[in-house]
Amino acid sequence: MIESVLQVSGLKTSLDTPRGELRAVDGVDIELRKGECFALVGESGSGKSMTALSLMRLLPETGRIADGRVLLRGPDLLAGQDLLALPEAAMRAVRGRRVAMIFQEPATALNPVLTVGRQVTEVLERHTQLAGEAVRKRALELLDAVGIPDAGRRCEEYPFQLSGGLKQRVMIACALAAEPEILIADEPTTALDVTIQAQILDLLAKLQAEREMAILLITHDLGIVARMAQRVAVMYAGEIVEVAERDAFFAAPQHPYAQKLFEALPAPQKRGAELSVIAGQVPPLTAPFAGCRFVERCDLAFKRCHEELPRLIAIPADVMAGRLVRCHLREQGPAPAPRHVPPMATEGTVIAAERSPAIVSVESLKVHFPIRKGVFKRTVGQVRAVDGVSLTIRQGRTLALVGESGCGKTTAGKALLRLILPTEGRVVFAGRDLSSLSRRALRESRGAMQIIFQDPYASLNPRMRTADILAEGMRSLGVGRDEKDRARRMAQLLAQVGLPLEALQRYPHEFSGGQRQRIAIARALAVEPKLIVCDEPTSALDVSVQAQILNLLKSLQERLGIAYLFITHNISIVEYLAHEVAVMYLGRIVEHGAADEVLANPKHPYTEALLSAVPAVPAAPGVDGQREIIRLSGELPSPAQPPPGCHFHPRCPKAMSECAQAYPAAVALERGRTVSCVLYRASKAASSS
Amino acid sequence: MPYLLPSDVLVWLLVAAVAAYGWYCHRYAHLSVPWARVFRSPAAVASAVVLSAYLAIGLLDSLHFRPALPAKPGATEKAYSTEVLSMLDLGLAQLRGRAEKTYSAPLATRSYAKEQVELPGGKQARDFPRLRFGGAQLQDEADWAEDVARRVLAGFAVAALAFAAFAFLIRWLRRRRPEVPWNAALVAVGVLLFLAGPAFALSTHYHMLGTDKVGQDVFYLALKSIRTSLVIGTVTTLVLLPVGIGLGTMAGYFRGWVDDLIQYVYTTLNSIPGVLLIAAAVLMMQVVIERNAEWFSLAAQRADVRLLVLCAILGFTSWTGLARLLRGETLKLSQLEYIQAAHAFGVRDSHILARHILPNVSHIVIIAMVMDFSGLVLAEAVLSYVGVGVDPSTNSFGTMINAARMEMSREPVVWWALATAFTFMLALVLAANLFADAVRDGFDPRVRM
Repeated sequence: MIESVLQVSGLKTSLDTPRGELRAVDGVDIELRKGECFALVGESGSGKSMTALSLMRLLPETGRIADGRVLLRGPDLLAGQDLLALPEAAMRAVRGRRVAMIFQEPATALNPVLTVGRQVTEVLERHTQLAGEAVRKRALELLDAVGIPDAGRRCEEYPFQLSGGLKQRVMIACALAAEPEILIADEPTTALDVTIQAQILDLLAKLQAEREMAILLITHDLGIVARMAQRVAVMYAGEIVEVAERDAFFAAPQHPYAQKLFEALPAPQKRGAELSVIAGQVPPLTAPFAGCRFVERCDLAFKRCHEELPRLIAIPADVMAGRLVRCHLREQGPAPAPRHVPPMATEGTVIAAERSPAIVSVESLKVHFPIRKGVFKRTVGQVRAVDGVSLTIRQGRTLALVGESGCGKTTAGKALLRLILPTEGRVVFAGRDLSSLSRRALRESRGAMQIIFQDPYASLNPRMRTADILAEGMRSLGVGRDEKDRARRMAQLLAQVGLPLEALQRYPHEFSGGQRQRIAIARALAVEPKLIVCDEPTSALDVSVQAQILNLLKSLQERLGIAYLFITHNISIVEYLAHEVAVMYLGRIVEHGAADEVLANPKHPYTEALLSAVPAVPAAPGVDGQREIIRLSGELPSPAQPPPGCHFHPRCPKAMSECAQAYPAAVALERGRTVSCVLYRASKAASSS
Repeated sequence: MPYLLPSDVLVWLLVAAVAAYGWYCHRYAHLSVPWARVFRSPAAVASAVVLSAYLAIGLLDSLHFRPALPAKPGATEKAYSTEVLSMLDLGLAQLRGRAEKTYSAPLATRSYAKEQVELPGGKQARDFPRLRFGGAQLQDEADWAEDVARRVLAGFAVAALAFAAFAFLIRWLRRRRPEVPWNAALVAVGVLLFLAGPAFALSTHYHMLGTDKVGQDVFYLALKSIRTSLVIGTVTTLVLLPVGIGLGTMAGYFRGWVDDLIQYVYTTLNSIPGVLLIAAAVLMMQVVIERNAEWFSLAAQRADVRLLVLCAILGFTSWTGLARLLRGETLKLSQLEYIQAAHAFGVRDSHILARHILPNVSHIVIIAMVMDFSGLVLAEAVLSYVGVGVDPSTNSFGTMINAARMEMSREPVVWWALATAFTFMLALVLAANLFADAVRDGFDPRVRM
C-alpha cells in the first residue's frame, strides 16, 4: 500500500457572483500518494485551479469553502490533520513548509523590488531554523538545484533581469526551500515556450524523484499529463468525472467527456477529416443539477442521464485497479479502446502545391526595430525581429509558420500585411510589390489579405455591435453596393461561421471565446480576402472550442479557396491543418518544406529539438507517444545581438567549429525542401565529390 | 424683456448636451450599464439629490431678463432697466430688496455696530439700532424667541407636507426601478427639505444668515454664488475637453513627432505655477476689457464675459492632466488587436480615432470631468481670494471668502459670511466628490459588464 499524503474528501467551494452562488468545486475527492505526480486535467472553468487554491486556503475574497475535509498526513501525523479546520496562523506554517505552490505566470509571482536571492532566503528564514550565512548558502544550493546557471551572480539580480524560464525556476526554488511534502503546480508551463517547458517539466520530474515529493499537477494539456503524471483525474463543471492510472487512461478513456477530449485533439492521422467537437458549453454552475452535468453535450446520453445524478463508480469487471468514472453507462462495463485510424496517405501534397498558383510571395523580408538612446534618439542598435524571410503562399493552401515566442513569426505576419512597415524586402501580391505602393493604392489591396488574432477578447472593439464590426471593413474598402447589400452579406457571413442572425445586434461581451473568434473570422471574410494570416487563432481557446475553430477554418478553405498563413507554436495543429511548414528561429527560417515530411523527418537540429520538446499524447495504446527528447540548453538569444554564424549554434547539440563562422545558406533538398544548416551542405558536398 | 447673457447660452447648451448624452446612453448598453451601476450606490443617489438641488438653483439663476421701467408719459417705446435680473432674483425679491446698512448677526433684530440713535425723547445715544427689515414686524423684541420658534415650526410643517408628497413619488419610482437605493434619495431629500423649509420661513422676516458689510443678506449672496460655481465647474470643461481629448488621443495614437510635440507642450505648461499663469492671463484680460469698455452695454454683461474668460483660461491651463491620462490609455489601446484589424481594413486614422479610440476612453473622460468639477469650484474660490477671479460685482464663494479676510480680523469677529460660504461650498464639493467616486467605480473597466 502506497502511503497517502493528502486526502481530500467532499471538497465544496463556492464563489459569490452577481448571478448568484457559483459552485466552482462541487464535491471533489482526491488522494495524493507519496512521491507520485497526480494530474488534474480540465478545460477552463472546470474548477481545477479553484480546487488547488482551496487546498491552500488562498481563495479570492468572494470565495469560500462550503464543505469538505483536506487531511494532510505525515510521518508525525498518521491520522492526518484537517487543513480546513486549522486556524489561519497554523495554516501559514503549513503553506510553504508542508504544501508549496507554483503558479502559472512567473512574471507576476515574484516580487519585482526584491532580489532573487532575497525571495528565496525569505522562505528559508520563515520555515527553517537556518540563520545568517547558512541561509545564503542554502539559497545558493537551491538555485543551483533548480538549474540556474551561475547562481551566485543571479542571486543578486532582480526578477526583471531574468527570462521567463529562469523566473519559473526561481519560483520552484522558493517552493522547494522548506522541503515540502507536496507541491501544487498550477499550469506551471503554460506561459513558457515548448523548449523551456520541456526543461521545466524535466526539472519537476527530477526533483520529484529525488525528494519523494508528491506533485499535484494542474493542467489543460493532455500531452503534459502523458509525460509527467502517474495518475490522472479529469474535472468537468466542478466535479471529477474520471480517475485513472496514466497508461489505462490514455489507452481507453472511460467517461464520454474524456473520450471527446481526445477526439477533439488535432493530430496528423485526422488530416482531411473533421475534428470531433463537443457541442454546446459548460453549464452554468449557479443552478442545481438534476442529472449528469455533461448530459447536454453528450452523444451517448439516455433518459436516466437527465434524471439521476451519476456517482463516481468503480467499473465492474474492470481489471484496472483504482479506476473511477462518473457515468451511468459504465455500470455495464468498461468502454472499448478507441479505434485508431491509420495515418492517411498524404502523398502528392507537394505536387498539388506546386500546381496551385502563388498568391503572395515574400522575398527576403526584413523588419528591424532601431534601439534609440540618449537625448537625440541616436540609433545604437537594431532588433532584428525578422531578418530575411522568404515565403510563397499558394492559393487554397495553408503554410504554417512555427517557432517559439520571440522568434519573429508574428512580426513577419504583420509585416506581410504591412501592419508593420518592413525595413527591407518585397511582398509581391498579384504581381505588384506592396512596399512600392502608395497609401491609397495599398488600401485597395488591403481587402485581399486579412488577419485573425490570437486573443478573441482583445480583437473585437467592446463598444461596437457585431453588425458594426462586420460592416467596418466593407465600408472602408467599398465592398457591397449599399447598406442593404452589406446587410445581406452580413447575414450570409454569420451563416458561414455558424452564428445566429440575432448576433448582429449584440456586443462582443455577450459571446463566449469561441463565438468571438467566429466573429473575428467573419470580419476577415467580409472583405473577400484571398489570404488570411491566422496569428495563433486558437491558443487562447479550450481544446473542444479549438476543434470547432479549426474545422471552420478548414471548411472555409475548401469552399472559398482561401490561403492561410498559420502562425502557431502548436505542432499538433500544424500536423492536422498545414500543407507546408516553415520553422523560424531568431528572425530566420531554418527549415521549410511539406508539412508531413518536415514533421516526420526533421532535418535541422532546431526543428528536431522543437518537435521532440512537444509533449505528445500517445497515438496508439502501447506506443509511447514521446519522441526522444533533445534537451536544448539555455534560452532564445536576444534578436538585438544574435550569435555570430548560425544563430542556433550556441544551443545546438550538433554544433561544430564551422557553425560559429558564417550563417549557413539555405540548402535545397528533394521535393522543394530547404534547410539552413552546415550539416546538409557538408553531406551534399561529400556526396558530390 | 428676456435677456440672454453669454454664459446663459453656454449653460443651456450644456443642459441640452447632457440631455442628448443621456438619451444616447439610454440607447447603448455599454454606456447605460455603467450609469445604472453608478445609481446603485446609495452615496451616489444621495449626492445626486444634493447636486440637483444646487443645479436647480443655478438654472433658475440662468434665466435672465431686464425688468421694464415704469412707462414715462409720452414715451412710445418701452424702456428697460439696465439691471439684469434672473428668475431666482424674482423668487427671492424679499431677500434682495431688504438691504440693511451694514453687518448684522444671523436672525438678529439689531445691527452689529453701534450707531448714534435718537431716543424717543429727542436725546441722542450710542446704541445698536433696530434693523430696518430684520425682525421689523416684532412690536416687542422680547417676542423674538417665540416668533422664531413659530416660523421654524411652520417651516417644518411645510417641509413635512412636501416630504410626504415626495415619499409617495418614491413609492411609485421604487416599483419601476427596484434596484436603485431610493431610501438614500428619500433621506437626502428629507434633510434638504427640513433645512430649506425653516430657512425660507425665517428668511422672509429675518436675515437668516446675517448681513454683510453693505447690509446684503448673506443667505441671498450664497444662493446667488451657486450659479458662479456651477458655471466655473462645467463651462470650463467645455474648453478643457476638446483640447484634452484631441491632444491626448492624437499624442497616443500617432506617436513620433506629434507625441513629442504635445508632450513638450504639456510638460512646459505643467511646470509653470498654475496660479501665476492664470493670474497673468486674467490681468491681461482685465486690461483688454477695461480698454474696450464700449464693447459692453451693461455692467452685468461685462461681469459675465469676465466669468467666461476665466473659465476659458482655467480650461486652457488644466487640460494637461486629462491629456496625459488619455495619451497613456490610447498608447495601450492602439496596440490592441481590433485597432490593428481596422488598419488591415485600411480604415482612415480619423475614423479609427473616432470609432475605436474615443468610445473606449470615454469612461476616463467622464471620470475626469466629474472629478475636475470639485477642483475647479475650489480653484475659483482660491483665485477670487487672490484677487484674480471673477468680477467683484459677481457673487461667488470666492468673493465672499475674500471679503471675510477683513471680517475675521474684526473685533468682535464677523463669522457668518465665511461660515455660510464654507458650508455651501463644502456641501457642493463633498456631493460632487462622492458622486465622482461612484462614477469612477461604475465606469471602472476592471468591473466586467
